[in-house]
Amino acid sequence: MNAAQLPNLIPLLPEFVLGVGAMALLLVGVYRPADTGRFIDGAAIMLLALAGVTLAVLPSGKLVTFGGSFIVDEFARFLKILALLGSAAAIAMSIDYARREAQERFEYSVLILLSTLGMLMLISAADLIALYLGLELMSLPLYVVAASHRGSLRSTEAGLKYFVLGALSSGMLLYGASLIYGFTGTVSFVGIAQAAGQGGVGLIFGIVFLFAGFCFKVSAVPFHMWTPDVYEGAPTPVTAFFAAAPKVAGIAMFVRVAVMAFPGITSQWQQIVVFVSIASMALGSFAAIGQRNFKRLMAYSSIGHMGFALVGLAAGTSEGVQGVLVYIAIYVTMTLGVFAVILSMRRTTGMVESIDQLAGLARTHPTMAFFLAMLLFSMAGVPPLAGFFAKFYVFLAAIKAGLYLLAVLGVVTSVVGAYYYLAIVKLMYFDEPVGKFEQMPYELRVVLAICGLFNVLFFLYPAPLVGIASAAAHSLF
Amino acid sequence: MASWPILSVVTFLPLAGALFIALLPENEAGIRNARWAALWTTLVTFLISLILIWRFDPASADFQFVEKRPWLGGTITYAMGVDGISLPFVILTAGLMPISILASWTAIQTRVRDYMIAFLVLETLMVGTFCALDLVLFYLFFEGGLIPMFLIIGVWGGPRRVYASFKFFLYTLLGSVLMLLAIMAMYWQAGTTDIAALLHHPFPLSLQKWAWFAFLASFAVKLPMWPVHTWLPDAHVEAPTAGSVILAAILLKMGGYGFLRFSLPMFPEASAQLAPLIYALSVVAIVYTSLVALVQEDMKKLIAYSSVAHMGFVTMGLFAVTAQGVAGGIFQMVSHGIVSAALFLCVGIVYDRMHTREIAAYGGLVNRMPLYAFVFMVFTLANVGLPGTSGFVGEFLSLIGTFRVNNWVATLATLGTILSAAYALWLYRKIVFGTLEKPALFNIRDIGWREIAIMTPLIVLTIVLGVYPKPVLDISSASVAQLIDNYQHAVGAVHAADLSAMTR
Repeated sequence: MNAAQLPNLIPLLPEFVLGVGAMALLLVGVYRPADTGRFIDGAAIMLLALAGVTLAVLPSGKLVTFGGSFIVDEFARFLKILALLGSAAAIAMSIDYARREAQERFEYSVLILLSTLGMLMLISAADLIALYLGLELMSLPLYVVAASHRGSLRSTEAGLKYFVLGALSSGMLLYGASLIYGFTGTVSFVGIAQAAGQGGVGLIFGIVFLFAGFCFKVSAVPFHMWTPDVYEGAPTPVTAFFAAAPKVAGIAMFVRVAVMAFPGITSQWQQIVVFVSIASMALGSFAAIGQRNFKRLMAYSSIGHMGFALVGLAAGTSEGVQGVLVYIAIYVTMTLGVFAVILSMRRTTGMVESIDQLAGLARTHPTMAFFLAMLLFSMAGVPPLAGFFAKFYVFLAAIKAGLYLLAVLGVVTSVVGAYYYLAIVKLMYFDEPVGKFEQMPYELRVVLAICGLFNVLFFLYPAPLVGIASAAAHSLF
Repeated sequence: MASWPILSVVTFLPLAGALFIALLPENEAGIRNARWAALWTTLVTFLISLILIWRFDPASADFQFVEKRPWLGGTITYAMGVDGISLPFVILTAGLMPISILASWTAIQTRVRDYMIAFLVLETLMVGTFCALDLVLFYLFFEGGLIPMFLIIGVWGGPRRVYASFKFFLYTLLGSVLMLLAIMAMYWQAGTTDIAALLHHPFPLSLQKWAWFAFLASFAVKLPMWPVHTWLPDAHVEAPTAGSVILAAILLKMGGYGFLRFSLPMFPEASAQLAPLIYALSVVAIVYTSLVALVQEDMKKLIAYSSVAHMGFVTMGLFAVTAQGVAGGIFQMVSHGIVSAALFLCVGIVYDRMHTREIAAYGGLVNRMPLYAFVFMVFTLANVGLPGTSGFVGEFLSLIGTFRVNNWVATLATLGTILSAAYALWLYRKIVFGTLEKPALFNIRDIGWREIAIMTPLIVLTIVLGVYPKPVLDISSASVAQLIDNYQHAVGAVHAADLSAMTR
């Protein structure tokens, strides 16, 4: 027995692929700066796919390494695949935009790869230190890409705002982590779960700070303030990226910490999640009504969606986690599809962002209008679209857990939210056209068609996603 | 022979037709083909639905033509089936669709293809609502209908279409999401969402009451009952003619069907306790909305309020839970489906010619349009409930059914029949009788062949069912009898328990 032997690195294989690949691409970009943008974008998508394949061929079951601080279970597999898909779609969606706006920089894709690497680490993190490492690795590239449009005041402002507030939230999270360490004497989630016992004021303080940090990352009320500004200011492909993959990772860490580290004191953290969830759903629904900027509207919409996803976590049960997973998976498809449309809102004079520009889209671009309408109805949670099933599972769990008030408030806010989604459908279908957009780029068509068809046809065969989510949820309990 | 899934075919055939129309090109020929394709799809669907009547066994109260397939995993399945309560609505839906398509033949000139697609998708969702034997599946169809109807009102509607479509959508959605929560609570209680199993599941009284109110929220909006009926006049006025027809004839019936399928059999004790509330709301609906109808200036609005009043008879009859009351409620819904559809078509006929629905803009039409005057008269009298028309049977049965349970309610409701005579005949007199003075009306054409073809089956049905209502009553009698048996049994058991507790 060699005590100093290397830890088992097999579970880490997808992260290796991404990390080594990202650095290789960085070298390629540095040494061959000209004309490599396209190549690097393609290579980055291939790398993400390769990481996904590696993840799929890992030995099945629960893999633990680095002394228990890195876990690959069904939960992690599910969310990692989702994060990889979100990142790949975000890179694909940025290609045309970067070319047209003369923003082709190879660093963009590399940064997204590094951020995705952080997400994968975060999703698998099973102690507070690993969690923090993953979180920072995910966040730092995000701050940079938010400001990647160097010439634009809005973009640099968004990057700076995101960075400052992100640092603040990291600080809170660290403070919470240190309190939890102080009161339990361990950083590992399993150890915390054993030591937490019946809770206690100090530990609750720690949990509050920790959860505040999480809420910031998933943009849940009351730590949502950065979201509208950053969504609006960042370059649109970056916003599309922000809205999808990092949310997956954020929700993953929120769920894993809550369920793995504090299973014995569910009733104590449940109140926090219930409050955050209600506040997010309400703010997301009401504040979006007045928005005319589509990206800003999507920011409020995503705040609302995070509230709905957290309804599942508030239940604190395996059904609840299943609901969260189904929700987040469907959320990613809805969001990417809508952003595919936002990215193709381009007239000869340049990009437009106001929803009023969508007027009469059903006449000028019927297919695009149809898919966008379906995605919006799906976001509103109208059956038989996928978004209905997303809400169905989280509320199912909430009802089982006896959270009736949360469930009632949730569905009522979903009706309020339906108003602004309908308002966009109204613009597209009821109003007179205001002129055509430019031809939709090929990649965006693919993303929109896949996301749109997924949402429209999900009801035909929902069992696989629901089944996988159920298995993933069970792996946490 | 019973191997092919007939209900799924009836449900999804229109969807297939919609997909076909979506592939047609958007030019002159494509538009013509879209109309014909929609008409043929709905006609074939109707013919297949007639096979249902032929093969239906009216002696059995069980669900028939049952199909079951795994769907959402676990116990939530794709289950379809009809019994005597749902079958009439399936036929009604399938039968009215070709009529609606024909009614839109020339009235709709913009985006014809999309219009036909929306109608066919709507038909799938409506038929599915009546056939679904799983609560979640039911909800899916029930709510899914909002999307096409929202677009139909909003795209092809009148000047205030945006307001009306939003109001329609949000009102209905708000009611329904509460029902969804109740469905979930029932799922956890009973462990299944299979309607056939839930019909016999004894829910605890506390859950029954909450769930009853949640279902009420949904069905009362849909039906609509006073005081949540206000979306209906707006939606009716703004919707295109065929939209109003479907709205009045079928979408409203989903509410009544819901009471009959879920509230009464699944929550019998709550229904028994809360029946007075329904009576009160029904009587208010009957009397108040009839009075409101009296002062309308818009033809469609008047008929819309009259619909609310007629639905009051339905809820009153259903919650009396007597053989006559329930049968009367079902019959009234079928009859109202035919009569109100026809009345909206009558309005549509003059609207297509004059492009106004204002009552004051008409008068003396009998001079130029004798055929129209006859058609309109038949349906006005059916709306009033004249013996010999289908309207009479439904109102009469629900009134005597209620009278056995509560004299006062029945007596007050009878006022409604008088008022309905007042507003319906007033409307008829204003529009059809009198001298033809308005210059705009001097050249108005009488109804043509297409319109006669639309109206003839409706007239025949109204009179045949008025004279010989047995077919509809027979189809539903076994299921109604079972419903009442189970209801009395459940309520009786509670009474017995109460009595034994008191005597102990």
